[in-house]
This record gives sequence, C-alpha cells and structure tokens, in this order.
Amino acid sequence: MVTPVAAIIEVAGLVKRYPGVVANRDVNLQVDKGTIHAIIGENGAGKSTLMKMLYGMVKPDEGTITVEGKAQTFKGPQDAIAAGIGMVHQHFMLADNASVLENVILGSEPSKFGVAIDFEKARSHFLDITKKYGLAINPDDLVADLSVGGRQRVEIAKVLFRGANILILDEPTAVLVPQEVNELFENLKDLIKSGLTVLFISHKLQEVLEVSSHITVMRQGTTVASLTPKETSARELAELMVGRQLPQAKPTESHAGDTRVLDIQGASYRQGDGREALTKVSLTLSSGEILGVAGVEGNGQSELVEMILGIVKPFEGSIEVLGNDATSMTTRAIRDSGVGYIPQDRSRDAMLLPESLWENRILGHQATAPIASGVWINKKAAQVDSERIVEEYDVRTPSIRVAAAALSGGNQQKFIVGREMAGSPKLVVAAQPTRGVDVGAQALIWDRLVAAKENGAGVLLVSADLDELFALSDRIAVIFNGQIVAELTPAGTTPELLGLAMTGAKAA
Amino acid sequence: MTRSRIFWGIAAPLSAISFSLLLASGILMLQGANPIQTFQLLFSYGFQPRNVVAELNQASAYYLAGISAAIGFKMLLFNIGIDGQYRLGVFFAAVVGGAVTLPPVLHILLIVFVAATVGGAWAAISGWLKIKYGVSEVISSIMLNFIAAGLVTYMLNPLRLGEQAEGSQNISTPTIPESGWLPNIEVAGGTLYTFIFFSAVVGVGYWILITKTVFGFNLRATGVSFRAALSSGVNAPRMIFLTMVLSGAIAGLVGVGTLLSDTHNYSLSFPSGYALTGLALALLGRNHPIGIAFAAFFWAFLERSAGVLDLNGIPTEIVTMMQGTIVISIVVAYELIKRLNLRQQQAAVGSHQEEAPEESKETDK
Repeated sequence: MVTPVAAIIEVAGLVKRYPGVVANRDVNLQVDKGTIHAIIGENGAGKSTLMKMLYGMVKPDEGTITVEGKAQTFKGPQDAIAAGIGMVHQHFMLADNASVLENVILGSEPSKFGVAIDFEKARSHFLDITKKYGLAINPDDLVADLSVGGRQRVEIAKVLFRGANILILDEPTAVLVPQEVNELFENLKDLIKSGLTVLFISHKLQEVLEVSSHITVMRQGTTVASLTPKETSARELAELMVGRQLPQAKPTESHAGDTRVLDIQGASYRQGDGREALTKVSLTLSSGEILGVAGVEGNGQSELVEMILGIVKPFEGSIEVLGNDATSMTTRAIRDSGVGYIPQDRSRDAMLLPESLWENRILGHQATAPIASGVWINKKAAQVDSERIVEEYDVRTPSIRVAAAALSGGNQQKFIVGREMAGSPKLVVAAQPTRGVDVGAQALIWDRLVAAKENGAGVLLVSADLDELFALSDRIAVIFNGQIVAELTPAGTTPELLGLAMTGAKAA
Repeated sequence: MTRSRIFWGIAAPLSAISFSLLLASGILMLQGANPIQTFQLLFSYGFQPRNVVAELNQASAYYLAGISAAIGFKMLLFNIGIDGQYRLGVFFAAVVGGAVTLPPVLHILLIVFVAATVGGAWAAISGWLKIKYGVSEVISSIMLNFIAAGLVTYMLNPLRLGEQAEGSQNISTPTIPESGWLPNIEVAGGTLYTFIFFSAVVGVGYWILITKTVFGFNLRATGVSFRAALSSGVNAPRMIFLTMVLSGAIAGLVGVGTLLSDTHNYSLSFPSGYALTGLALALLGRNHPIGIAFAAFFWAFLERSAGVLDLNGIPTEIVTMMQGTIVISIVVAYELIKRLNLRQQQAAVGSHQEEAPEESKETDK
C-alpha cells in the first residue's frame, strides 16, 4: 500500500529572518511519504519557525517548499490546508462547551441547501475518519469533559476532516501523561499505515527514537543532521542538538544543615472552581540542601510554589518558611524574609517585558535595601546591581537600558536568576529554572543553584526535566495529582523508576 | 540613549499633529478656504496676550484632568469617570467652602481637601467594583458620571443646597467668603489664576510619585503585568483600588481653580466633558507631566482661537475635528513607534551576541 520512498515534502535553503535574529537559515528537509518524521532540537533551535513556514503562518525570506512535487508559496494556512497539510498545535484551539463533532466541523461545515449545516453528512464523514484511523473519540461528548489526550485526538480528527494527508504535530507529548503518549503513538502508527505522513516536533529524545522512522536535528536555526533511529543513539542526538558536550553538574555532597528553611505539613489548597489542586502535601527542606520536586506538568506544582510564596493560601495544614508561619504572611513579607523566587513562567510572572533591564532588577525587591530606601526607589543602586548581574551572569545585552522584551529567553532567565540570588536568600524556590534556555545558560543556572546550596541556602527545585533533577537534587519528592506520592534519592532510583512514580504508579 | 528616548517621545505627537493639520487643510480647501491663511489666523488670534491668559487659565484645569487620566493609564485603567469625580468634587468643595469662614490659607486648603476627598471617594466606588466583582471601570464610571450629574442637579436647588439670586435665573451654591478666595495675578492680558502653580505642583508630585517611589513602581508594575506584580509581592488588587482613588482625587481638583479664582460658587454653568479631554491629553502628552502641560495648553489654544473662525466664515467645527484626528493619529503613531523602537533594540541585542536565535514569541498564534 505504501509506495516506497517518495519525498512528499522537500524543503531547500529556507531562510527566515526576524529583526535582529535569523530564526532559520539554510534549512533543508526531506520527508518521505508514509513515514513519521521527527524534527528535534532545543528550545530556540528554530523548529517552530520551520513548522510555521510549512503551515503558511510565516513566510520564508528565501528558499523553496515543495509539496508532492509542486513548488508552493503559502500565503496563509488556508493554502497549506489546500495542499494537504494540517497542523495540530501544542495548545489546543477547541471550544470547551461544544461537542466533539461541532468542534471538528467548525470552519469547514458541510452545508445543506447552501445555508444549513448538514450534520448527517458531517457525522458520517467523522465516523469514517475515526474508524479508519482508530481514533477513540465519541462525536457527542462535550470537549470540556475530555482528557488532554482526548482533546488532542479531537485536534487530529479536525485536521483529518479537512482532508489533510500530511500532519504536523507541534510538541504533541509536552502536555500528555505517559499512558496518553503511548496511545498517541499508536494513533500515529495507524495514520501512517493508511498512507498519511506525520511530521512531529519534539525535544524528547527517547520518544523520538521510539516512534519515528526518520529524524532531522536542528540547531541554532539550521538543520544539522538527518538520521534514522537505527543508526543513532540518544547520546549522539543530544550532542547533535547542543553541538558540544552536555553540561554536567558535578556531583555534590549533601550539605544538609540543621536549619529547616521550609516545613510544609498537611497543606491542601482548593482552586476557585472547587477543584482540590493540592491534597495534604508535606515537605521539608533544610539549609544546604536541594529538594527536587518531580512531576508531569499540571499536577499541582505551580499551586505548590504559589502557596509557599503566599500568593495562594491553603485551607488546611501549615507552612513554615524560614521559621515563620507563612500562611498568615503576605507575599511581600515572605519574600523579604529571605526567599528568592524564580517563577516557571518568566515572561508572565518574573519580568516587566516593556521595561528596561534595570527596572526589572527592582521587581520583587522593591521594598528591601539596597533597592529601596524608605519610600524611595534607589535608581542608582538598581542600575549598579544590574550591571553586576549582567557581568557575573553573562547576560548578553548591549546595555541595562534595553527593554527586557528585546532579550532572548536564556538571557532573561540568567538575569532573573541573578536578581533572585542577590542578597543571598536562605530559601530559593526555583520552578522550571532552565526551561527554554540554551545550553550555556542552563550550565550557568545549574552552577548558581549548586553554589547557593553550598552557601547554605535551601533550594526547592521544581522541574519536569529528569536530567536536571538527577544532576542537582539531594532528595526528590514526586508530585502526582496534587499529592506527594514518593520521596526518593537520586542514588537510590533510576530515571525509569522516577518516571514511573511520576505517573502515579504505586510500585515506586 | 536618553537623547534617542526624547526623540522617540516627541516624534509621535509631532507626527500626529502634522497629520491632523494636513487633513484639516484638505477639508478647508474643500470648503474653499485657504488653509495657510486659516492657520495664520488661528495662530495670531490665539497668541494675543488676552487670549493667552485665558488659555493658560483653562489649561490649568485641563492639565489636572490629563494628570488624573495619566495615573489611570499607568495602571491600564481607563478612568472615564473624571467628569463625575470633578463635578461632585467641585460641588461639595463649593458647598463646604461657602458654609464656613476660616483664616484665609486654611479656608483654601479645606476647599482643596474636600474636592480631592469627594472625587477620590466617588472613584473608589469604581475601584471597589472592579477588584471585588471584576466590573470594568469604564462601564461603572460612565454610569457614575450620570449619577453624579443627577445628584448635583438634585442638590443644586434653592430648597436644598442651592440659592437663587434675586432677578436671576441662575442657581448656584452660596458664595464662598473672601477668606476662601485665591489671590490672582494681574498680567498684561488680564487675570491669571494663581491656581496654575498649584496644577504644576500636582504635576511634579505625580512624576515624583510614579518614577521615584516604591508606591509608584508597584503601580507601574501592576499596570504592566498583574501576575508579575503579584509574584513580586505587590498586593495588586489593592494597588488598582488606590490608583483609582488617586486618579479620582486629582479629577476632583479639576474645577477648583475656577472656584477659587473666578466664580467663588458652583453653578450650572460649570462645563462638562473633562473626562474625554483628560484622556486625550494624557494620550497626547504620553503620560508625562511636561507632555501633558504642552498638550493642555495646545488644547485650550485650539478651543480659544476657534472663536475667530466664525467671524471669518469658517466653521469652528474644524477645530473639534482636528482634535479628534490628533487623538486617533497619536494612538496609531505611538503604536508604530513602540514597535520600531523594540525592533531597534532587538537589533541592537542581536548584533551584540552571536548566539542561538530565539524563536520569536510574538508570532505565536
């Protein structure tokens, strides 16, 4: 059924420039029909830009895109869809309180008498598709009731409904729990059996090796290698992705001191909609220690962090931060008592993007010396200390007066880490501190976290990156569904066991 | 860097004003009038000493409306309730001022205090509704404008707080005793309100508060990013509330100049429409106290000199239209310049480093 090796997509010499940066240069890609082709690369390697060009969302400055032997210049996604390309975005675009079928046909409704929607026809076409490709979704379910994996299948059905035979999936596994990842991979295999082609973006090496038949590696905006899983290894892929030796945190000894910097006992938190996001969480952290918190995203990590910072309050249980009862303290008081905070969403929670770097130095420290003297902001001190951070943390910027928005994510993050380490905090809460940053920044941030610990700070490291957790943590607590389900030591476990624990499996 | 910032700051209002002049010229020509002559007419009339004094007096009120709007803008609040806050503020200030006799300075301070307090309290309703129930301050303050206007009309009645001079149709509050009058300055063209200095002090105070203090930083941070402010330890809802109150307090002062220096009572002849003027001036002056000062004078200048057009058979609406175009084009110009500026900075950062390109977040859909 599958005709052997015909390039369905060919990309040659693609270049895309944004002001100040070249997002893609000299990109070459050949995707064979009926295969799962993975594109891997670090955050910022240019994967998304390439996908956006393939889907017509962004126009390339140079180069050619050929689809099924025909050169294409897409003016918009409509053209790409017409050429048989469909895209499943990382963040789903679904209407929650509409049914699956309504969501799927939205925007390409088959019509009856030119005005009415032909639901009969839509339904039979939908059922054909789900049956043919083995997608387990019910057309009458409400999207709001579906799991994340279910929503993703709706997105896939939506693309297939529009007649796509080439699917682009942008980091499809980032939002899924491991079982759902397996289901997705089964679905993808069914799709290619029916002659479809799948392009799949990821930066997770294991799953790429597991599911794809071809792998293209991107680095710094360009394609650097094209391989098959059989002829490569995770190690080799990783080195191709980063282009140099991987950063390795030197194994450090535990320096755990006697001072409790954080003591959470039986804390539970309920969200505005009544859902219990955290249930009887207990954690302790001593000075000179790094406690990793591992978990698939969305299992209560952000609520845990915000609860420690006093942004949200538990309805039961106790939280002591540096010996004080944090449940009755404002965020200001908690921070000023000696807590450094690196939020997980840096552009939303940690930066005033339109403001200059030195003004961002003030954020979070506006009430403590040297930034504040009484009611006044000490501009000079903020600027002097910003210069110091730029220097010591290798923030690549022409000046401390440029807007934070002008900097790359890695440089923003280095600046944030420098800011939060200023004044030697006794507790550092770091949520996903190296997400989306380049390798150089990652190595630097790891170093600084370890240095903070060696200087006697307690570090709470919330991360989804197993390598990071293993490299830095003295202990690892596993959070699943709002509960701490296991506590391990890096020496006493393996990435596999940890990964299992993160799915809530009791064995760990 | 500073020099380029000043350049970017001035480029937008200048291009907006030029654009509106161009458009007005087109319309004037369609009307068969000579645009150059018309502008010359406006210019020479508007700069007659007598008119300059009147413009300055008017500008001192506009200026406060502009500052009031600017404080809101710093928080991304759209205080369209300036009208109601101003009206209630000046009304109660007139009532209280007219009811007591105090030593001169104290009397004036009391009037100012009452105006600011009433304006602030009225705005507090919008602020409270916003942080407690998420009601848009635009909606609530428009409603409150109507309520304020109704309230004042109700109370300004001989049976209640108003009085009617014999043989006059005009109802006003009792006249404030002379201890509550602000001495004026006699200049070549007429009487200049001393109040203009008070306005200037408010402008300077606003700037110090916003740029130099922790409170001002918290205010701006909350305006730029509510979440980032929360994470940084700012009580962001409380900041929103306080900003609204502050904006209302300054709006309450808008009519005080006329009260202290000219009429010495409140009557129905007090003008309305300060909300839209204030917002326009804050936009045009880019929330900067000096920018707003120029904008306020320019506004008063246009309105005053419009009077001469009628005498020459040119419709005065041309001035209203120019004001409208200026506001629209200023919004566009600022947005364009903001983008250009960011691009320039990104290019500077880009050329500063040879590093992995960051995926552009702006294009994310």
